[in-house]
Amino acid sequence: MVDTSQALEMVQPKRRSRFHATLAQDRKAQAGLLVLALFVIGAIFAPLLAPFDPNAMTLDMMSGLSWTHPLGTDDLGRDLLSRILHGTRVSLFIGVSTVAIALAIGIVLGLVAGYFGGWLDFVIMRYIDLQWAFPNFIIAVYLVAVFGTGLLNVIVALSLAFVDDFARVARSMTLTLREEQYVDAARTLGFSKARTLFIHILPNAVAPIIVQATVSVSYAILGEASLSFLGLGVDAYTPTWGLILADGRGFITQAWWLGVFPGLAIMLVVLAINFVGDWLRDALDVRQALDG
Amino acid sequence: MASYMLRRLIGSVIVMWAVATLVFFMLRLVPGDPIAAMLADAGGPDEIEAMKRSLGLDRSVFVQYVIWFQNMLQGDLGNSIYGSRVAVTSVLSEAIPRTLSLSLLAFVIALAIAVPAGILSATRRNSATDTTVSLFAFLGLSMPDFWLAILLIIVFAANLQWLPAIGYVPLAEGFWPWLRHLILPAIAIGTAFSAIIARMIRSSLLEVLKADYMRTARAKGLTPWMVMFGHALPNAMIPVITVIGIAFALLISGAVVVENVFAIKGLGRVLIEGILNRDYPVVQGAVLVVSAIFVFSNLIVDLLYGVIDPRIRLN
Repeated sequence: MVDTSQALEMVQPKRRSRFHATLAQDRKAQAGLLVLALFVIGAIFAPLLAPFDPNAMTLDMMSGLSWTHPLGTDDLGRDLLSRILHGTRVSLFIGVSTVAIALAIGIVLGLVAGYFGGWLDFVIMRYIDLQWAFPNFIIAVYLVAVFGTGLLNVIVALSLAFVDDFARVARSMTLTLREEQYVDAARTLGFSKARTLFIHILPNAVAPIIVQATVSVSYAILGEASLSFLGLGVDAYTPTWGLILADGRGFITQAWWLGVFPGLAIMLVVLAINFVGDWLRDALDVRQALDG
Repeated sequence: MASYMLRRLIGSVIVMWAVATLVFFMLRLVPGDPIAAMLADAGGPDEIEAMKRSLGLDRSVFVQYVIWFQNMLQGDLGNSIYGSRVAVTSVLSEAIPRTLSLSLLAFVIALAIAVPAGILSATRRNSATDTTVSLFAFLGLSMPDFWLAILLIIVFAANLQWLPAIGYVPLAEGFWPWLRHLILPAIAIGTAFSAIIARMIRSSLLEVLKADYMRTARAKGLTPWMVMFGHALPNAMIPVITVIGIAFALLISGAVVVENVFAIKGLGRVLIEGILNRDYPVVQGAVLVVSAIFVFSNLIVDLLYGVIDPRIRLN
């Protein structure tokens, strides 16, 4: 048997160089990372970067693109650029926190179902299959209908809607890893089930979960934007990309910028995440794990 | 084959029952009870009592469930509690054809774009065509459908004035008026679907083109056309069909959002208006119908899959 540290030395540099090599070749991933970095900076420093208070109304209503208002103003004279910048915070925050919660719940369900099998697996997976049969967005809409609107409720609704994706990936990885020798070894050494699951199985299942999480952030951002657009989002006063589009919808014939820029922001972020996700899929070599 | 179909059918019925039960109990047992919020809108204590009685809410939840379930099986989903209080089934029966015609048109448009695009990019791998298709596929996947809807309205309705920006005309009033009203929303919904299918066809076709029987087909002197449509495409479509089934769900959830942009009173508009008006009988009914459409389309795809691929039904 190969010594583990030796084996790691053999594997580790290879994986890291694959990471770098694929990134160096992948123009789309580079562009994606750059765009994402810009949006993250925009979100963090929104109060400093935004030229105006996003909710300050002025008499300068629906004025077109100018030096003072680079993206124009809306029907209440609010600066569109400032509103979009502040919207970035909400979108990215909801996108990331939704996936973090869905990931935590989904992974525990998937690990437990895959590792213990039996009736526990049966019960968990019948529920996951049921949820799997329906699009995440429809589930989120129904959950918002039940819980009501607002920041916390939107996050809870979207997270629950995404749980099945993670549970499935985690379970299929656990089923494969359960048969590995080092898991047997951990069991034989008398480690607790929790330790075996979280210290020995989970770290080895991390690659497909990372890819799934990346893609899910983009879906969560799209989901939040759609909910806000429909009036089922955070609230009527916090500028979010979906809400800005909904507010501007009635005026797009006179002020095209109200219909164009907020959506452009959504598309750029989602596109950037998709590019990065595609690269991660190749770099971490997990295509099969996700398909299986 | 018959036992396979029967198994799938029973499975679908169980899923529908589970969904109906979940939908019913979630509305009633979740903290901050939406039914209570709905009742609070009804007015004074007398009105609330009257509404509770008329909706059967004065009985235990389990009795309510049994009554509701019996009524549902008889095609009675209760009445809207908002406005003119029409029967939920009549609201839904008006909405269903709108959503279905929208989704089907989106489906047709999407396939008409995706199939040739997928074939072209697979046969001319790494060419300029391939790159363009893949770029458009990325854009299509990343664009929110409601935003695309707004862009289409800005260009084709507001500026060029070729097509109407809102509304719906039933097919009975003529094919062209129907199509004119649905074409923009159908494109808005179908674009993401089309991107998924084009990518899927490309990768599936690339796999098939490597197969030995493709070399045989070429070696026996078939024309490229016959090789493609006689041998490559039918085999490449097997995995695509599963994805079509999954992606059909995407069309319906797209319709839920996009109907609201074009003021088409389909299932999506009914559902969202119901939620905003706290009209829970309508929300419940709309969710059930949308779920039934998913379960039914999944069933059709599964059966189709069994027909195409004998390995599935014999397993």
